[in-house]
Amino acid sequence: MTTASEDTAAKTAKKFSVDFKTLGPAIALLLLCIIGFMLNPAFVSEGNLTNLLTRSAFIGIIAVGATFVITAGGIDLSVGSMAAAISGVMIIVMNNAIETMGSGVPTVLLGCGIAILLGIGAGWINGALTTKGKIEAFIVTLGTMGIYRSLVTYFADGGTLSLNFDIRGTYRPVYYDSFLGLPFPVWVFIGVAICGWLLLNRTAFGRYCTAIGSNEAVAKYSAINVDRVKTLTYIIQGLCVSFATIIYVPRLGSASASTGVLWELEAIAAVIIGGTVLKGGYGRIGGTILGALILTTIGNILNFTDVISNYLNGTMQGLIIIVAVLLQRSDWKVSKSGKS
Amino acid sequence: MSMEVSASAAIIEAVNISKSFGPIPVLFSVSMDVRPGEVHALIGENGAGKSTLMKILSGFHDPTSGQIRLDGKRTPLPPNGAAEHLGIVLIHQELNLAEQMTVEENVFLGREIRTNGFLDRAAMRAEVQKYLDEIGLDILPTDRISKLTIAQKQMVEIVKAVSRNARILIMDEPTAVLTEEETEVFFRQVKKLKESGVGIVFVSHKLNEVKEIADRVTILRDGQWIDTRSSQDLTPDTMAQMMVGRELSDLYPPMHEADVDADVVLEVKNLRAQGVDNVSFGLRKGEILGFSGLIGSGRTAVFEAICGLSPIESGEIRLFGQDASNLSVAEARDAGLAYLTKDRKEKGLLLDKQMRPNLTLFALPKFVRNLSIDRKAEENALTRAIRRFDVRARDSSITVGKLSGGNQQKLLLAKVMECEPKIVIIDEPTRGIDVGTKQQIYHFIAALAAEGVSVVVISSEMPEIIGTCHRVVVMREGHITGILTGDHINENEIMRYAAGLKREELH
Repeated sequence: MTTASEDTAAKTAKKFSVDFKTLGPAIALLLLCIIGFMLNPAFVSEGNLTNLLTRSAFIGIIAVGATFVITAGGIDLSVGSMAAAISGVMIIVMNNAIETMGSGVPTVLLGCGIAILLGIGAGWINGALTTKGKIEAFIVTLGTMGIYRSLVTYFADGGTLSLNFDIRGTYRPVYYDSFLGLPFPVWVFIGVAICGWLLLNRTAFGRYCTAIGSNEAVAKYSAINVDRVKTLTYIIQGLCVSFATIIYVPRLGSASASTGVLWELEAIAAVIIGGTVLKGGYGRIGGTILGALILTTIGNILNFTDVISNYLNGTMQGLIIIVAVLLQRSDWKVSKSGKS
Repeated sequence: MSMEVSASAAIIEAVNISKSFGPIPVLFSVSMDVRPGEVHALIGENGAGKSTLMKILSGFHDPTSGQIRLDGKRTPLPPNGAAEHLGIVLIHQELNLAEQMTVEENVFLGREIRTNGFLDRAAMRAEVQKYLDEIGLDILPTDRISKLTIAQKQMVEIVKAVSRNARILIMDEPTAVLTEEETEVFFRQVKKLKESGVGIVFVSHKLNEVKEIADRVTILRDGQWIDTRSSQDLTPDTMAQMMVGRELSDLYPPMHEADVDADVVLEVKNLRAQGVDNVSFGLRKGEILGFSGLIGSGRTAVFEAICGLSPIESGEIRLFGQDASNLSVAEARDAGLAYLTKDRKEKGLLLDKQMRPNLTLFALPKFVRNLSIDRKAEENALTRAIRRFDVRARDSSITVGKLSGGNQQKLLLAKVMECEPKIVIIDEPTRGIDVGTKQQIYHFIAALAAEGVSVVVISSEMPEIIGTCHRVVVMREGHITGILTGDHINENEIMRYAAGLKREELH
């Protein structure tokens, strides 16, 4: 008994002895907030903070899905295009349903249902091509990225698809209304994050994702259905894209070829900043959430200040990604203490 | 004896070498020397410090104290393989060859012969051909490494070393992955090198080989130098005893007679799969069935097919009387059938993870309560497994990659046993692990069988097959050439079936 309690005591002690890998993103976010406050106290106004959280919800939700894909050793480049394509189809379906179903809640629910089915379907296609088709995930999703993007352009005939004005009225609250002081998108974000965290950290499925990303052969020999688990990660990714799209469409009420451009890179960046290893085998949902918040915060701060041009948003985000990965390198100490 | 040997002065001497990694000492004032034209075997259990000593002798590690003398002069060795320029070459167990390049390109890698800035392929090819002829290796300089057998790759490593004027060749378990035939060829080359005055340090767990090839033997135990002796004064038994520090009279546990009337739990008929040609056999409850044969004879392929790891082309498999011809790995596991891979690093364990997730990965559904993993149950399982299998780790939070080979093997065994299989297939149960751990594993296998579990032992080490198995199936080129029982289980018989000199008419 004593040894057991000593054991746990030692373990908690270890957890407290600053684990930069885990705490890094949190510290970075805190620093950014302090900088934001110093540059302009309005940064911490309630309005700005809710705005910031709402904005980060899109990338954050998609990045939760990306955490699964990347942890299992895959990558999904198609998410931005997928979001655009799903928005497009959603809008077309809802506009056409007005005649039969009217412009009330049922039509919106129909649109949401379609979005979820499309997300699952698109994710399944990515997953099946990677596993059954034995094509590298990078190539598969590079291909579907092009396909989805061109589909939305085609549907919109090169222009913009706009949601019928009456439905917009019904759908609007999903983005603009609040519950207990927090906008709906933030609640969705929180819900997805909690589910994602439980799924990755507490279930056998999460353990299987980690094992596959760490060593696929070991996973196979350990009675894990590797193809099924990998396909499921892409389906989860697709589902996350659906959720993000559902809360995104009421914001502008339109979809065009420029919807969701570069979201895939922002999502992957959020995942990597959060400490998930790009080559798989180690994933952190909490880190991903922080990563998404960090990316949005940078853009937000640049809006607040004239010190750095807002056009340099991408530069700042890029720098943060590189610095984050440099700091996370576990071999810092080893390389300092000599060879081997 | 000793006068005669010491007549030739040592090329390299390690004097009172100690080494610590951080606070953990791994070598305590160890001394060893290598003379020209001798094979000096270095033996000891896993974790005895052999690898560390080899790395110090070749400059990959610095000693914490003590010195290296080269030709009698104190010489600090340059790091990271630069000691090659001094004629000291370490051949790693995982060979260091560029798989997609040719033999010639590999041999000259980093010091290509150039004329006018362009590669002089003809000159390099001729040079390599000369070495290949000398060593009697029947491959072309233009052959791609990926096409060669492991034994040939090893010879290419040696050619590479010789072409760099190696005076000391340090080899880490070169024969671990070789068949007996290949080992013989390998030993002929080693003898030639010896004659040309190269000093060879040779690490092996196969003590018969050590006896055969080595001139002198240095024994390490727990980081301490135990003895250096002429191999003529040693037998494999005495070597084993000195390594472990205790009697090893019972390396193999006493064998309980198998019950010939016990139920047949696994029956395979006319199985065909990739590398498997018309294989039929039966396995009884509580039986230990050996699978012998040369490497690549299809032993592993048979069981990967049975356990759902690779597809079956045709044939019938009955598990406890039920048809089981198309099981997934998980279904096989749930039916009580488990396969323990021979490749623990690549297919067995997640080296970058801790022991707990590794232990429970195979039997994970068992640890799920209300959709989530029961960590407490996992911790308990780990505590139990550590005790039952005697897994020794500094603390339970280190990654599995940092465990010694023997402890990794025990953990892998624990992982597979976690699903409480009724039939367990153990592929190369003791590859690359020390005598003490081997003994533990043999006893464990015997205990399992006594409890009524059926065990299949696939092994390239004949003594192991002979010492542990009730019946032995011998395979060659994808099919079974013989099934031996009782007195017929001996090295001669097995070898004749494995080499295709003898063939039983089955059915």
